[in-house]
Amino acid sequence: MENMSSSSTQFATSRQMGIYEPFRQVSMWKDTFGGDNLSYTGASTIGEVDAKLENKFELVSHESVQPSGNDEEGNKSSDKAQRRLAQNREAARKSRLRKKAYVQQLETSRLKLAQLEQELERSRKQGLYVGSPLGTSHVGFSGTVNSGIMAFEMEYGHWVEEQHKQNCELRNALQAHAADIQLRMLVESALNHYYSLFRMKADAAKADVFYLVSGIWRTSAERFFLWIGGFRPSELLTVLLPQIEPLTDQQVLDVGNLQHSSQQAEDALSQGIDKLQQSLAHTMAADPMSGDTYGSQMAAAVEKLDELESFVSQADHLREQTLRRMSSILTTHQAARGLLALGEYFRRLRALSSLWAARPCEPV
Amino acid sequence: MHYQTESWGSYIPATTMTVGGDPLERIERLASESAVVIFSMSTCCMCHAIKRLFCGMGVNPTVHELDEDPIRGKDMEKALMRLLGNSSTAAVLPVVFIGGKLVGSMDRVMASHISGTLVPLLKDAGALWL
Repeated sequence: MENMSSSSTQFATSRQMGIYEPFRQVSMWKDTFGGDNLSYTGASTIGEVDAKLENKFELVSHESVQPSGNDEEGNKSSDKAQRRLAQNREAARKSRLRKKAYVQQLETSRLKLAQLEQELERSRKQGLYVGSPLGTSHVGFSGTVNSGIMAFEMEYGHWVEEQHKQNCELRNALQAHAADIQLRMLVESALNHYYSLFRMKADAAKADVFYLVSGIWRTSAERFFLWIGGFRPSELLTVLLPQIEPLTDQQVLDVGNLQHSSQQAEDALSQGIDKLQQSLAHTMAADPMSGDTYGSQMAAAVEKLDELESFVSQADHLREQTLRRMSSILTTHQAARGLLALGEYFRRLRALSSLWAARPCEPV
Repeated sequence: MHYQTESWGSYIPATTMTVGGDPLERIERLASESAVVIFSMSTCCMCHAIKRLFCGMGVNPTVHELDEDPIRGKDMEKALMRLLGNSSTAAVLPVVFIGGKLVGSMDRVMASHISGTLVPLLKDAGALWL
């Protein structure tokens, strides 16, 4: 173990010195394994081979690249050595290119960061409270910083990437006519992935329910369809139904019932939210002349916002129940097709949002 | 939908009501008086949503607005909280009973409806006939 750490320090030094890194790495391994302190039989063989090659490298790198014609064995090994050397050069070149790209990325990020800091300073001067600059980048709708929301934004970004991956796997499996067992696993993962989003949203709602309900965490086209912080259960069924034919008679009955009951639940929650809006508006619009009720007015309003959180919770609960019920009605293959369609639907909405954002602006 | 309201101006002891009675007993009694009973709060929007859900299904629930019962309302709310196993009074209501048996809050009712068990329950209790 001691050897390992020493070789890594040497490694770091050689990088700074800009010497062919793989070349140094070869000698490192020799240092690490060639010694007697490791009773690892395999390693000593590698050490021996590497020791031989290292000698050849040193020979070839310091002299002109001319294999000696006399010794045939010498020819073969110097050919190998030359190939090795070329490979090393190539690897080193690639390594240098990667390093260059990385440095360029860092430079761009640094510029962007400077720009953002400037904007932040400007906004702060204009009187908008944006919080401390230390490691906080999220500016919520209300202008205050919220770590719970920052965490959610990051997690959601990962969630979308993972969703895309899973969808690709589903598509491949379906195209390859994979066995039901394999499809079942993919279906379960996809469903669990949706359920995990609902849990994430529950945490975000506690941090800032307005953030969730505003849909700012989604793309613009998705936001158009937003219903209490997410997709409508009826929308879910609209997307799934064309993909799951043919259905058995029992399935037709069950799906029909599900459409009916989810629509009723959706309508009930919609009416509840409408009442909440009315109630909040009423509270906010109370007599402006009586200044002493301002405090109680605000207190009443804040209580209403707790109700908003429970509506978001119930809406997500409804989404989850609808998904679960649907998956219990469908066969594995149908569920796979349905989930693929659903994932694709959201992906297309996101793509639409990007297209729209990138459209050329007309001259004024 | 009909509302059960107590008029404290003219107290009519028509049934076996006792003012100092056990709130849980009162709840159970009220729950068995109709096919569908909702314990609600008139200002609560989730309660409004659950009422709309049942009305939309063609059910005629009996609603008890606990905030309109100044004396027993709070105790009943607490009793319901214990019944449901909730740790805080936040969002205890609405609470639904069907056929005298406890169904639960909005999430249980919705889950039951989506899974298809609510309608048979309502039919058994005589709240739905179709």
